[in-house]
Amino acid sequence: MSAFNHITHYAALGENKLVGSRCSACGKTFYPARPMCPACYGSALEAVEFSGKGKLAAYSVIYIAPTAMIQAGFDRKNPYCAAVVELEEGPRICAQLVGVDVKQPESIRIGQPVQATFLQRGEGESARTFLAFQP
Amino acid sequence: MTIRKLSRGVALVGAGMSKFGAFPGQSSRDLFVEAFQEMLASVEKGFDPKEIEALFIGNFSSDLFENQGHTAPIMADWVGLTPRPATRIEDACASGGAALRQGVLAIASGLYDIVLVGGIEKMTDLPIERVTDTLATAADALYEVPAGFTFPGLYAAMATAYMAEYGAAPDVFLKVGYKNHENGALNPKAQFGQRIADIMEARKKSAAKKGLPIPEWADEMAFLNDERANPTIAWPLRLYDCSPVSDGAAAVLLVSEDLARRFTDTPLYVIGSGQASDGAIHDRPTLTSLPSAKKAAEMAYQMAGVKPADIDVVEVHDCFTIAEIIATEDLGFFEPGQGWRAVAEGKTARGGERPINTSGGLKSKGHPVGASGVGQVIEIWKQLRGEAGERQLPGNPRLGLTHNVGGTGQTCVVHIFERR
Ligand SMILES: [Zn+2]
Repeated sequence: MSAFNHITHYAALGENKLVGSRCSACGKTFYPARPMCPACYGSALEAVEFSGKGKLAAYSVIYIAPTAMIQAGFDRKNPYCAAVVELEEGPRICAQLVGVDVKQPESIRIGQPVQATFLQRGEGESARTFLAFQP
Repeated sequence: MTIRKLSRGVALVGAGMSKFGAFPGQSSRDLFVEAFQEMLASVEKGFDPKEIEALFIGNFSSDLFENQGHTAPIMADWVGLTPRPATRIEDACASGGAALRQGVLAIASGLYDIVLVGGIEKMTDLPIERVTDTLATAADALYEVPAGFTFPGLYAAMATAYMAEYGAAPDVFLKVGYKNHENGALNPKAQFGQRIADIMEARKKSAAKKGLPIPEWADEMAFLNDERANPTIAWPLRLYDCSPVSDGAAAVLLVSEDLARRFTDTPLYVIGSGQASDGAIHDRPTLTSLPSAKKAAEMAYQMAGVKPADIDVVEVHDCFTIAEIIATEDLGFFEPGQGWRAVAEGKTARGGERPINTSGGLKSKGHPVGASGVGQVIEIWKQLRGEAGERQLPGNPRLGLTHNVGGTGQTCVVHIFERR
């Protein structure tokens, strides 16, 4: 069994890399990486680094934040954008979208090209690197 | 595709619900007792509750909402049904619909003749941030939640995809909420038994009483577009696009078809049942439709041998206004991209050609998540039996459909009921 899971996912993000997996049998790629191919049940998967380039598929500017985002400094007065991004290699991923005008949500355009960036959040044991995108 | 049928028929012969709302000091078992008593009273020919052989209870997260796991045996005990088997079914907000399906399958299997299906949730004891966090556990904790997504946020993202693909504007979402409040005002069990116009009037009176400037709005849409009256939760969705945080319970009695008329002269038959699963939002081929809903609907329609156009009464899972629009497309009532136009043209209003959510929907009736899927069945029960009072649909409706979604569509359960 390949050792792909959320630990390896976040470890790769810690090195500012998007590491997914590719099924050796059918060629399907996954991001986040999967340990088994759910399409053909192949269990030989290899690591594949994604470019971090993609386009915006969907988004929302969130005013009522969950606890983790409140701790990161967001609230009604300081909303943030969460997005679904389609990576150029095909898979989509959920991530925060930064560098956009959250006060003008209509100005954010679905289909616009975006590029991965990496955010440090949390302290001590819970500190880790989160994936984000920017125009 | 093989058309799957139940190996024997199942009928609905009793239905009851607690009032939905915020009830400090009442736990989910109190609300379940209230629903159970109303269910008993609804069985016209009467029966001995001890004849019930098993319980299936839909509940999302009593663990986090009430610090109480293992809730099904407690419900059995509180309604005097131990030592019968009692099982909790959890599929997030589709827990109630999934419990109903398990009850149907248990009778169809031949193992039981009489089954109680319940749904419960007690949400209002927690502060709002912890409610948000608890609901977020229905999303993917590893890959959706760390992006900052909340449930309103995930549906809002679907709304932006829908707007971009089909040209809808946020105004039309607000019209779904307006319509559901119009319906809920006629439902005595609804959490918000008020039309938007009533809410505006109450706001004015409250301001006058406090000596504050009295707000003025040209009409209901002006109120709904006022950021102070209707703040943004997750753009483009505002407060009145979101179902509320609720407490509530519902209970229905299922029996094998051959026993139905021993309980009532007007049973409803469960003629279609479908359920499907799906991955996280980013792993789907579309963001403007729920593949699980399409699949569950296809299964239910095929089992029932009916088409969308045959259905008379529809309760869909409007946890957010955009969800209702997408549901009406996934269920085949409107073509993809036409659901928002149908709302704009009033087609989904109670007097329209395709009424949706005559109960007020989750938006107005309330959304105690594990109870909602069973609560939907209560409306079908009333409408098909001509017992819906002021909100009764004309034309002697005969076929009803429920559509109950868990998460953002990781689960969907669809049922079709018939009065013969
Ligand atoms: Zn494969």
